[in-house]
Amino acid sequence: MPDVLVLIEHADDTVAKASLELLTLARRIGTPVAIAVGGPSPSVVEKLGGYGASTILSTDDESVSSSVTAGVVGLLASLISSREVAAALLPSTAEGKEIAGRLAVRLDAGVLTDAVDVTSSGGEIVVEQSVFGGSTVVHAAATRGVPVITVRSNSVTPEESPATPSVETVSVADDGGRHAAVTSRSPVSAGGRPGLTEASVVVAGGRGVGAAEKFALIEELADVLSGAVGASRAATDAGWYPHAAQVGQTGVTVAPQLYIACGISGAIQHRAGMQTAKTIVAINKDAEAPIFELADFGVVGDLHAVVPQLIAEVRERKG
Amino acid sequence: MKIVVCVKQVPDTWSEKRLDPADQTLDRAAADGVIDELDTYAVEEALKLKESLGDATVVVLAMGPAGAAESLRKALSMGADEAVHIVDDALHGSDALATSLVLAKAIEQIGYDLVLLGSESTDARMGVMAAMLAERLGVPQATLASGVAVDGTSLRVTRMTSAAQEEVAATLPAVVSVLEKINEPRYPSFKGIMAAKSKPTSTLSLADLGIDASSVGLAAAATKVLDSTARPPRGERTIIKDDGDAGARIADFLASRKLL
Repeated sequence: MPDVLVLIEHADDTVAKASLELLTLARRIGTPVAIAVGGPSPSVVEKLGGYGASTILSTDDESVSSSVTAGVVGLLASLISSREVAAALLPSTAEGKEIAGRLAVRLDAGVLTDAVDVTSSGGEIVVEQSVFGGSTVVHAAATRGVPVITVRSNSVTPEESPATPSVETVSVADDGGRHAAVTSRSPVSAGGRPGLTEASVVVAGGRGVGAAEKFALIEELADVLSGAVGASRAATDAGWYPHAAQVGQTGVTVAPQLYIACGISGAIQHRAGMQTAKTIVAINKDAEAPIFELADFGVVGDLHAVVPQLIAEVRERKG
Repeated sequence: MKIVVCVKQVPDTWSEKRLDPADQTLDRAAADGVIDELDTYAVEEALKLKESLGDATVVVLAMGPAGAAESLRKALSMGADEAVHIVDDALHGSDALATSLVLAKAIEQIGYDLVLLGSESTDARMGVMAAMLAERLGVPQATLASGVAVDGTSLRVTRMTSAAQEEVAATLPAVVSVLEKINEPRYPSFKGIMAAKSKPTSTLSLADLGIDASSVGLAAAATKVLDSTARPPRGERTIIKDDGDAGARIADFLASRKLL
């Protein structure tokens, strides 16, 4: 089976859950080869092996880690030209998509972003995409080159498949190009909460929350459910919550197991970012709010009364 | 200093979008076209740079059907100096690879020190164009910017990735994409709207750019849509009115779905 290159997101001793999802998908269409920029620690190697990576290719090359996308693109392009590769899988993060785009130009290959599923059918690799904010489901394939595919997190449940990977160090030749250089990097902290796109549970607040300080209630519900906090555009535009938490057309797209919309009317702008969530719960005062069209369970009521009760119930049931 | 801002005409963010069943391309007739909101942040940033640098020209560039001229006019009325519209029937159905090829040729022809654009489009949402342009033009990519500072021949950008905030340095010319948090786009003034009518605008065809029509359009795309379907409606819905126990009932529901 040809290789499927998987670009891994890892830090110190942890591997992103999204990377384990990519390895799970890669196994369906070929032999997973994990690409780790920065020497992977023994626990990272063990984790990648546990999810079926047959080979781990790593580089400590400063030019790869300190350039904006260009170094990783060069590394992936050289691996694709020197190995038999069926596809390259990358995370559907903003930077993952940038790498995919550049790589596709360099290889003159088809690029498919925001896949929610990847399958192989009669030798052709087919992706499922959820477009226009989840209102339309599309199947697509590359017509030339090695398909470069970015996959949304939470698209598949990671499945273990123990392997003992070989770890090889690869180097990248200087391409002589002018590249932007990263001069400093500070990790973004979500205050101990899971990242918005990776979280299994997202609790989001909108106009109905009423004030910045009232977001403490949304955060408290998120915390008892071990979830992330999102916000509608109305709430971020009002300055109640940071822009980075905005879920919607011009913000982040999430597809968690559970999405709880609190005081969000559900304009298309917002629905575009959350309607592929597996289960949706909505709390809103207005019985006519469009969010109820999407809700598996909806409550017409005041979130300031309903949410505290829900928090207490969850605490009690979780013991 | 010449700043080229790429703008895209897209269906209004607040409207429903769909694919044309005939050829699986965006049905542009089904929704009102507007300048992509995310590109207005790029226009604003270009205008702010021009104000701080003094001697700079802001050229707005769009590729798209005739209607895209409206998006260019909007950018001119905000304060851009010139507009260039790439319009050619052969472009219909072009994928991101072809679009980046065409835009890069036009940018080279116009001449540039800095290329600015939004971090993604609100319709396709691929988020690849800035990176593709940097690759095609062979210049530094300083993208996902929440802050931009230009000093003579160099550039500093604060870049926000999903994992980190990065400080990035590059030399000009370069490609920069901006995030929506970077600024607050100005509304065109009445004076700006009137002035836009007399600003230089030009159109370019594929022939003007020396691009063979067979290398763009739907037939040349490196990807193909096999099928598209409207997402099936969600299953059974339960909507209740809060009678003082809604919090407990949500917890019951979550437990029934094994989400607690």
